[in-house]
Amino acid sequence: MADEGGSFNDRLRAAEQRRLDEQPKPSPYTAGNTSPMGIGVRVGVELVAAMAVSVAIGWGLDRWLGTRPWLTGLSVLLGGAAGVANVWRLMKPAKPRQD
Amino acid sequence: MAAESKIDALGQFELHTALGAVGRSVNFTNSNLMMVLSATVLLSILYFGMKPRAVVPGRLQALAEIAYSGIMGMAVGSIGPEGKRYFPFVFTVFFFVLLGNLLGLLPYSFTYTSHVAVTFGLAMIVIITVTAVALAIHGLKFFSYFLPEGAPLWLAPLIIPIEIISYLSRPVSLAIRLFANMVAGHVMFEVFATFAVLLAGAGAVGTIAGIVPMALNVVLVGFELLVAALQAYVFAILTCIYLHDAVHLH
Repeated sequence: MADEGGSFNDRLRAAEQRRLDEQPKPSPYTAGNTSPMGIGVRVGVELVAAMAVSVAIGWGLDRWLGTRPWLTGLSVLLGGAAGVANVWRLMKPAKPRQD
Repeated sequence: MAAESKIDALGQFELHTALGAVGRSVNFTNSNLMMVLSATVLLSILYFGMKPRAVVPGRLQALAEIAYSGIMGMAVGSIGPEGKRYFPFVFTVFFFVLLGNLLGLLPYSFTYTSHVAVTFGLAMIVIITVTAVALAIHGLKFFSYFLPEGAPLWLAPLIIPIEIISYLSRPVSLAIRLFANMVAGHVMFEVFATFAVLLAGAGAVGTIAGIVPMALNVVLVGFELLVAALQAYVFAILTCIYLHDAVHLH
């Protein structure tokens, strides 16, 4: 009885592992939010957040260093690029795990 | 009548002191009250759920076990075997947000996740924890995170600022997503509900027409239950993903 239980547990674990391996891994970044509307809102938020953070940094540096318009202007470009990088990270196909 | 019939969609987000004179003297708000309530609810479910320690769980114990194993699965699944170490953190974050969203749907309650101060505070806790974990595990090697491997070195002056901004924008997008979802849902509730009341005040035809916004609100409750769970899940899974990045770098 006892060793049969052990073998059952082993087989159960093997079966669960097989099931896990067969399932395609969804991209974790879009997890649980696959409706077009949800993705659209997420993309918008990512773009705006990156831009807001970047401009805040640029504006602060400008105040601190007294280079009034230049770093703010630069930070707009960098913020746009960072937003696109965020969106790419959000939408890129999931790469196979290598833990 | 004219002053009353305005649609006051944002009044529901105002903070008031709770618990009478005691609350007033220490500035204990309705938001704080809901936080204490959600913590109490969670701890009660876990304590009273796990008290029987039955082999075949009853309803409450099944709920507690699903809560435990669900978050454990999420943490281990997306962080890796090391995820067990961060399970308490992810569990706390998930249920604080989930119960805040769900309890906020009850009439006369208050949704503390609809305040950007709360969501941004949570997001900052997450990001500071993640950064501290990364620094503790990898030391100064953590900063190589800002230059993806394989990128040409002459692009470094461009890539490093972009990566830093991208990293710093994480708490902002984390906070705004949760905050905006909760505010939008509750504003829609308020608008439709006020509209129903206004129509009911406009005679017999209005009373019948008022059923339409009422019905919309009923549908909206179901939708908001979905959003409440989904946003808590997204918040927790993003915490896990950031922890994964912190543990494994890239």
